[in-house]
Amino acid sequence: MKRPGLPLFLQRRPYRRRRKIDAARLLPVFGAFLLLLPMLWAPTEDKARGTVHDGLYLFLVWAGLIAVARLLAPSLTAEEQPDGDEGNR
Amino acid sequence: MVPFNILVLVCLVYVGLLFLVAFLVERRAQARALPWLRSPLIYTLSLSIFCTAWTFYGAVGYAVRSGWEFMTIYLGPTLVFVGWWWVLRKLVRIGKTQRITSIADLISSRYGKSNLLGVIVTLISVVAATPYIALQLQSVTLSFAVFASTTADGGPVPDKASTALWVAVGLALFTVLFGTRNLDANERHHGVVIAIAVEAVVKLVALVAVGVFVVWGLADGPADILAKIDASRLSAWDLQPGRWAGLIFLSAAAVLCLPRMFQVMVVENVDERHLATASWAFPLYLFLMCLFVLPIAVTGLNLLPPGTNPDLFVLTLPLAQGQGGLAMLAFLGGFSSATSMVIVASIALATMVSNHIVMPMWLSLHPAQAVSGDVRRIVLLSRRLSIAGVVALGYAYFRLSGGSSALAAIGLISFVGAAQILPAMLGGIFWRGATRVGAVAGLLIGAGVWAYSLYLPSFGPDAVISGRLIAEGPWGIGWLRPQALFGVEGMDPLVHAMFWSLVLNATAFFVGSILTFPSPVERVQGAAFVNVFDGEVTAGNWVRGAATAEDLLVLSQRILGEDEALGFFEAEAKAQGKVGLLPDPTPGFVGALERRLSGSVGAATAHAMISQSVGGAAVSVEDLMAVANETAQIMEYSARLEAQSEELTRTARQLQQVNEKLTQLSVQKDSFLSQISHELRTPMTSIRAFSEILMEGDMPPEMARRHATIIHDEAIRLTRLLDDLLSLSVLENGTVQLTLGLVSLQDMIDRALVAAAQTRPERSFTVHRDMVSEALYVTTDADRLTQVFINLISNARKYCAAPDPELRIAVRQRGGRVMVDVIDNGRGIPEDSQALIFEKFARLTDETRAGGAGLGLAICREVMMALGGTVTYLPGQGGTAFRVTFPLRLQKAA
Repeated sequence: MKRPGLPLFLQRRPYRRRRKIDAARLLPVFGAFLLLLPMLWAPTEDKARGTVHDGLYLFLVWAGLIAVARLLAPSLTAEEQPDGDEGNR
Repeated sequence: MVPFNILVLVCLVYVGLLFLVAFLVERRAQARALPWLRSPLIYTLSLSIFCTAWTFYGAVGYAVRSGWEFMTIYLGPTLVFVGWWWVLRKLVRIGKTQRITSIADLISSRYGKSNLLGVIVTLISVVAATPYIALQLQSVTLSFAVFASTTADGGPVPDKASTALWVAVGLALFTVLFGTRNLDANERHHGVVIAIAVEAVVKLVALVAVGVFVVWGLADGPADILAKIDASRLSAWDLQPGRWAGLIFLSAAAVLCLPRMFQVMVVENVDERHLATASWAFPLYLFLMCLFVLPIAVTGLNLLPPGTNPDLFVLTLPLAQGQGGLAMLAFLGGFSSATSMVIVASIALATMVSNHIVMPMWLSLHPAQAVSGDVRRIVLLSRRLSIAGVVALGYAYFRLSGGSSALAAIGLISFVGAAQILPAMLGGIFWRGATRVGAVAGLLIGAGVWAYSLYLPSFGPDAVISGRLIAEGPWGIGWLRPQALFGVEGMDPLVHAMFWSLVLNATAFFVGSILTFPSPVERVQGAAFVNVFDGEVTAGNWVRGAATAEDLLVLSQRILGEDEALGFFEAEAKAQGKVGLLPDPTPGFVGALERRLSGSVGAATAHAMISQSVGGAAVSVEDLMAVANETAQIMEYSARLEAQSEELTRTARQLQQVNEKLTQLSVQKDSFLSQISHELRTPMTSIRAFSEILMEGDMPPEMARRHATIIHDEAIRLTRLLDDLLSLSVLENGTVQLTLGLVSLQDMIDRALVAAAQTRPERSFTVHRDMVSEALYVTTDADRLTQVFINLISNARKYCAAPDPELRIAVRQRGGRVMVDVIDNGRGIPEDSQALIFEKFARLTDETRAGGAGLGLAICREVMMALGGTVTYLPGQGGTAFRVTFPLRLQKAA
């Protein structure tokens, strides 16, 4: 919904914050994709799924998600602006 | 092995410690000196009640049975928390602004404060949580049974049922003591939260300690453990795509919908910013809880005798290795997991049961108490009874089910039940179109399908549902079989139940919502929930106060006007038998006043204003909606008025323009008359003078002839002037008759050149023409258009002052219009005079030698207007230039 009286373009700092919010929104989508990926791996014909191999992959993805969330978290709470939380500029 | 009574003692000391921590924190909280309690760390740790005894003990057993599948239970919450910006942030903000006390309160409040929904959500939650609580009792009992030994001095180990009973009683007592010590407006329990945080640390430390012992104590580090996993029967696992995706989704839904998670996540949240920290810290906690699960599982399989319950590897492994201290830590970890879950779950469920079931029933039984009595005591009592009831239900389930089935299965059944709230919840906070009817339909259908296809069959064949019904369907209807609904066979029973219950739930929710119309309260709440970030959408606080007659007088003066209000009040006072202006604010008087005011501002507004002043009756949302309707009507009326007044303004402006034009015309007429009399007088004067000379006679005949010639010339000039005037007036009156025909433009220009050559025949012009472009046939009045050309060419012949005069005629066609430019090489016309030349009697110089009256261009302009075209001066052509524009095919005016 367009709200009148708000600037169309933002300054550098709020702009960066908006992009970080975008990143925070996309993170679970990427995460879900990576975590569902093992479903697409067909086990090789001679042997079944490798527990060690799959486990390393899953823990790696998990750690990666935590690390990215850790990076994003501080800047998202830094300056809570009353106006543009839901804005998408 | 530890003697049973020592184990009990350890448990009691541990619980006593928690009790002390909780007690101190409560004390400090009352003194408002708790900066560290408001830390994001405490918040994150309190979230760890997601990891119950099911995680602590059950994860290893699950891993032994299904490999990495146990991780799905923690991957779902990880995604939810990593994506906190989507849902959690909104939930927490709504919880704060709407003062939500439980998930049932959230749903009920969103859908128009419907208590029916509150009851439904409460019942679903209680039914879904009961096996889960039983699960905790079971795990504690099992761990007691494994750990405690029968020794001579320790006394015999009591049987499982009585252990579970004592655990249940103890937990209920602890919860009642801390969960219901006071009735906080925000339903926050600082002491309990801290106790849970401590327990979170204990269980994490315990599990990690066992893990470290397994990896570095029993094996030679991570590489060795990985090699052992590869060598064991766990080296290969079977990933079932349906279960993998379904369980990730299910656990994500559960973390949002489980009452106890909602309690710590939303209700106990003190600061929204803590959520940002929890977004990575809580997944990290889950990560650490899962890290050592598989190493423990594989080591347990290798070292423990076959047939050992894998659900208890965490406890039995250190015990078998003679690590008594580590085993005790693991025992306490499991104990913590179970107790914290039961405490928070029972608080959350008790709040819901007491707020949505017990209190409404009690108030309907004792309506008088709602107004006068102190309800606090009753609420606390009902909370305490509800806690006891919830724990008792869990105990009953434990006794009934016999505590035999694997831990993981029970937990997942409970998850599917809780997930039924998801459509109503997400729909409620993201979709304003969600309605109460839709939510009720979705919840009932979802819960029904869940109970039919998963919950009741989980008791085993012939327990609640007969085995024949499960195998063949009710009355032999195959597509209604609980585990193959609509003929979908071969699906995993859990995924099957989850799929159908949630699909039917969401469908019913959606269809119900789009087919029904929400009540005003629902719409207000819907807007407040969905747009929670767009600022406050609250009705505002009504200032209540006992109205004095003076207040009412002030109010009515504002509406009725001073005199009328005073008169009304005086009359009322007189009717009451009082002297003076102010009557007593009796109900009768207030009613009369309201009726009087409603005549001015509408009934609803008057009611709202009066009730605000009087403070007796609260203003309901329905009242406010009625006010809004009245206001809308008034606005519509005023919009109509505005439109009317705009139209009037427009008419007035048009009238003014017409008036101005008339005035101008009158001025033009005057100047025209004075011009015409001047133009007529000049030749008349010379005619009279010369005819007087002739009348005297006595003059030579050639002189007389010359005079007669002058008289004749002047008479001709007069005639021509009168002709011009006549044709101009005809044109201006618009009574001109056009004779339309198809004519060659070239012919017309030829004729015009020949006719114009009579003007100053002594001058010879070089004429440039482009015959090709002139080869056009146009539909127009040929005589009148030729007249225009003649006038323009004559003008050029008359006024062009160049020694070698040239005349250029250029023809162009643009679309349906033809442009003819007549250009000479004279001086041109100065810019300030260009606007004047088309006026009547406008001559740039005073020389009248050509005998023109200054009407030529005015006639041209009128003719062109009649022919649907224009004639304009064309500047910048190196001479005097006129452009004649007219349509190629002139249509006869109707």
